[in-house]
Amino acid sequence: MASVRLLVTRSGCTALKAITGHGQRSLSVSSAVLARTHVSYEVKDNVAVVRINDPTSKVNTLGRHMQAELVEVINEIWGNSAVKSAVLISSKPGSFIAGADLNMFQACKTAEEVSYLLQAGQKMFEQIEKSPIPFVAAINGSCLGGGLEFAIACQYRIATKSKKTILGTPEVMLGLLPGAGGTQRLPKMVGLPAAFDMMLTGRNIKADKAKKMGLVHQLVEPLGPGLKSAEERTIEYLEEVAVDFAKGLTGKKVTVEKKKGLMQKVQDFVMGLPPVRKQIYKTVHNKVMKQSKGLYPAPLKIIECVQTGIEKGNAAGYLSESENFGKLAMTSVSRALIGLFYGQVACKKNHFGQPEREVKKLAVLGAGLMGAGIAQVTIDKGVATILKDTTEEGLARGQQQVYKGLNDKTKKKSLTTFERDRIMSLLSGQLDYRGFENADMVIEAVFEDLSIKHKVVKEVEAVIPPHCIFATNTSALPIKDIAAASKRPEKLIGMHYFSPVDKMQLLEIITTSKTSKDTTASAVAVGLKQGKVIIVVGDGPGFYTTRCLAPMLAEAVRALQEGVGPKKLDSLTTGFGFPVGAATLADEVGIDVAAHVAEDLGKAFGTRFGGGNVEVLKMMVQKGFKGRKSGKGCYVYGAKSKEKKVNSGAEDILKSFKLTAPPAVSADEDIQYRLVSRFVNEAVLCLQEGILPDPVQGDIGAVFGLGFPPCLGGPFRFVDSYGADKLVQKMKHFEEAYGNQFTPCQLLLDHAKDSSKRFHK
Amino acid sequence: MASMLLTSLRSSPLTSVQAAQFAARSLSTSVHLQAQAKSKKTLAKPGVKNIVLVDGVRTPFLQSGTTYADLMPHDLARAALQGLLNRTGLPKDAVDYIVYGTVIQEVKTSNVAREAALGAGFSDKTPAHTVTMACISSNQAMTTAVGLIAAGQCDAVVAGGVEFMSDVPIRHSRKMRKTMLSLNKAKTLGARLSLLGSIRLAHLSPELPAVAEFSTAETMGHSADRLAAAFGVSRLEQDEFALRSHTLAKKAQDGGMLSDVISFKVPGRDIVSKDNGIRPATMEQLAKLKPAFIKPHGTVTAANSSFLTDGASAVLIMSEEKALAMGYKPKAYLRDFVYVSQDPKDQLLLGPTYATPKVLEKSGLTLNDIDVFEFHEAFAGQIMANLKAMESDWFAQTYMGRKTKVGAPPMEKFNTWGGSLSLGHPFAATGCRLVTTVAHRLQKEGGQYGLVAACAAGGQGHAMVIEAYPQ
Repeated sequence: MASVRLLVTRSGCTALKAITGHGQRSLSVSSAVLARTHVSYEVKDNVAVVRINDPTSKVNTLGRHMQAELVEVINEIWGNSAVKSAVLISSKPGSFIAGADLNMFQACKTAEEVSYLLQAGQKMFEQIEKSPIPFVAAINGSCLGGGLEFAIACQYRIATKSKKTILGTPEVMLGLLPGAGGTQRLPKMVGLPAAFDMMLTGRNIKADKAKKMGLVHQLVEPLGPGLKSAEERTIEYLEEVAVDFAKGLTGKKVTVEKKKGLMQKVQDFVMGLPPVRKQIYKTVHNKVMKQSKGLYPAPLKIIECVQTGIEKGNAAGYLSESENFGKLAMTSVSRALIGLFYGQVACKKNHFGQPEREVKKLAVLGAGLMGAGIAQVTIDKGVATILKDTTEEGLARGQQQVYKGLNDKTKKKSLTTFERDRIMSLLSGQLDYRGFENADMVIEAVFEDLSIKHKVVKEVEAVIPPHCIFATNTSALPIKDIAAASKRPEKLIGMHYFSPVDKMQLLEIITTSKTSKDTTASAVAVGLKQGKVIIVVGDGPGFYTTRCLAPMLAEAVRALQEGVGPKKLDSLTTGFGFPVGAATLADEVGIDVAAHVAEDLGKAFGTRFGGGNVEVLKMMVQKGFKGRKSGKGCYVYGAKSKEKKVNSGAEDILKSFKLTAPPAVSADEDIQYRLVSRFVNEAVLCLQEGILPDPVQGDIGAVFGLGFPPCLGGPFRFVDSYGADKLVQKMKHFEEAYGNQFTPCQLLLDHAKDSSKRFHK
Repeated sequence: MASMLLTSLRSSPLTSVQAAQFAARSLSTSVHLQAQAKSKKTLAKPGVKNIVLVDGVRTPFLQSGTTYADLMPHDLARAALQGLLNRTGLPKDAVDYIVYGTVIQEVKTSNVAREAALGAGFSDKTPAHTVTMACISSNQAMTTAVGLIAAGQCDAVVAGGVEFMSDVPIRHSRKMRKTMLSLNKAKTLGARLSLLGSIRLAHLSPELPAVAEFSTAETMGHSADRLAAAFGVSRLEQDEFALRSHTLAKKAQDGGMLSDVISFKVPGRDIVSKDNGIRPATMEQLAKLKPAFIKPHGTVTAANSSFLTDGASAVLIMSEEKALAMGYKPKAYLRDFVYVSQDPKDQLLLGPTYATPKVLEKSGLTLNDIDVFEFHEAFAGQIMANLKAMESDWFAQTYMGRKTKVGAPPMEKFNTWGGSLSLGHPFAATGCRLVTTVAHRLQKEGGQYGLVAACAAGGQGHAMVIEAYPQ
């Protein structure tokens, strides 16, 4: 059954390729009559081969221009009696059509305007579906959103079995829905459950899975190099095969309908029963509500569109689809998600230029959870990596972690066992500094203790070559304090990874005033290679991410002390949109880490970071309640039962530190806003102080690193959409009860005073 | 010393055709000048021993599951070894060493070289080892022999290869094997019973020998189809080449050219003396076949691929001095050879393309100097793809780091007595067949140089230059 995976930090919207820079296109529409730039076609043996290629971008998107040319070409084809069938193919390697042009919708002022645009697309695809001659979609590369809707309007689909070929409807991750017939055609094509799964999760489907689902009819193997490059020849071959099938369709040698198995027939029969369908709608609806907490409107609208189409017919379905899309495009959730998408694209670029030399050999110090994770994502991208630890046990554990990480991928079939072995061969586990003389970068991930870090800096600097960059992975220690021990502070930089490194997308890079630009460029380049979304921030206690999280956790501890149970606290935070509840988050981060950070930052920032009593955390650590890693934290872990049990030992500790909750600020909503406002205020303060270079990176860091509610788009977009004045009002109310922890910072006050001031345009 | 004498003797006569060819060549590039500096007629190198092929034989190559079906691999190897002894009249104790190739190993005779040698009546004082390198296993056996002789360790070595596809080791599943091994160690009845009780239906599904490339999990036929497509080789071209192979093989068989084939009295069956896979068909018949690997649009079919074959081959390799001393008239010199390897995914079967220019360069020859080509025909599509790759400057520059293409062999010199597609391809036996055929063709056609090239699983390849022994 469909499961809903919303835009949580781990999943992200990687499926969507960059869709930027199409603004100028609409200007050239009039000249398109003279010479087509995006779509061309030729007739081969009565088969019209339509080739799409957007010259202004790396990927093809369905924008106004592309659409206009397509309509023109298709009409010409229909007008040509010599054409008996058509093949639709992209000339771009790696992209069939990556989706609709988002700018096109964003330029619209009203829902009606958007709906109108959609109806044009719906009409075009409907015409293709009812075309007198068969259309074969030849798919190589990303076939997403509008691209997939185009493909499924065709009579036949052939896809290359390339790793780059992905099919999917990622609209839901942008708070939208498949609006060009997708909600109507998909259920008929792949069945109701699979269609819901595709549309509600937005997941990418690989070619062989697509074939099994009935989404494509044939697969074509990608070719190696021949007399042309592999990519070029593969597209050519795909076209040759597609043309053959097109001819076969005309000659009735190929049939579109696939023979249905018994299971399929049974399923079709069952789905034909209205009460069964009703039950499915209900189940899916409940599941969506449970997972999205009702904070995301798009999944519900998708269910509605599907239901309307099936129960009331195509016309009603199309209308519901275009109208609902228009409405969704105007929601703040969609804006927030689209903002995150663009932000993520921006954070996947190196804004510091090309580094002087590429990092070809990397060394990681410390084979703990972080160190091994960093090593894994590095060798995964073909960079030779040394993993050094001080003890054999530590090293063995780390190497096993890397192996397991890669082996899990082979179980999911995203990697073959052979590829796994090749990747593992890049890892050199060792206890000494052998080979460090050839390292281009060293990332240390040793214990978070300044004196140990100093010792490591000195030891490492004695063995590495002059050009080698020293990066330190710390979550809270100021980089300049670590750099104090360095002879070459210009080569020293902070790289704050998030745990688990192979799953979390964010990397926070911290530069000091002495860090050279080339060092930064190099660190960003390595991070990008590791597949990270990167924010680059200034130095200071807790940098950006840890600094925002600390006050929120302090507030969470206070709430716990006030008698809000861990479960209640979790449900309040997830109810606000956090993918992980505050109590669970503390367990995941580690109570010891939280205690450490709370104490350090408490010293650095004073009472503003107060709230909960640090002693609560310390006592928990003392009792061995270090969180998930020790089996006990706020909750008890280990047993395989689904229901998490609250750790009664922790409850006892909380009771001994009990505080009385001031009733004026202790309603459920108050607790939510107490947590969020402290987070947001600290984020804004980071921008005010220059720790953060811009709000975009602030939003990306908060969502991808800390799980700030994606539906809110990050703390800065939240301030914009919620209203700085309203937030300040709330904070002042809390300030009365608790003091300076809720004092809004100057920048926030400025925004509250002047409603025209916004973080995002 | 004898060899030097021979070398100088042989350097004088030069046919007019060769002289003319040579003159024409020397005009073109400087590489040829170097070749000219060496003797045109012999590839002997100072300080390097001349190593000769005395003779080579093979059992008839039969489609697996036919007359050989009840044998074991070493039986076939034995037949080839005995055939070689008969053919050459070699005293059994004159052999210093035996090297044999095999691909799919029978676990009972993992050193099949030793079992076959003992069974064939060789002295039990003659050591024997088995090599494996997929379809170039017996090439590896021969070059191992060359190495032993060149290093002065041996004077007479028998090399060969055997493949027996009528029976392959099919194992219990890993789970079952594990249970059975634990059963051995179980001490008590209770422990044994509990182990037996742990056997599930899934344990019983057998494990077949991998037909796929281990590194890529792709079967070779599948890879061949992709390779053919990558080089734009059409189904028609492949069928035409397959038909050519069968037609030429038939002609060679009927014309008595395949003199390396020995008669073999199969225990309990008749005497076998002919390959049984040669079946010239019509293009219409070939066109009817459905693709065997990539369906429905692939181009590689059962008819344009080599078939599963049982067979063994053996050659006698000696230092020239020893051969002459024993009164033999060698058939050919075994000269330079190379092994190459490349991407096992997209260039699995391009070994000949990579190996050919390399070995020619080593010998100071060009493609035009070669009179006889014997390439292993794994698939018609694979051969056509190699020919196209060899004809492509772009491919040579982009993937081989060469300035220009090496060129494709002219078809009138290429596999003119048939090839693996028609004669059959017992994996590890094919290499010796290629080398012996080159020697025989050089003798028959009066050529000077021959070239053997072959591809092998794992993305490897081999080529060897063979020089005719003066008649």
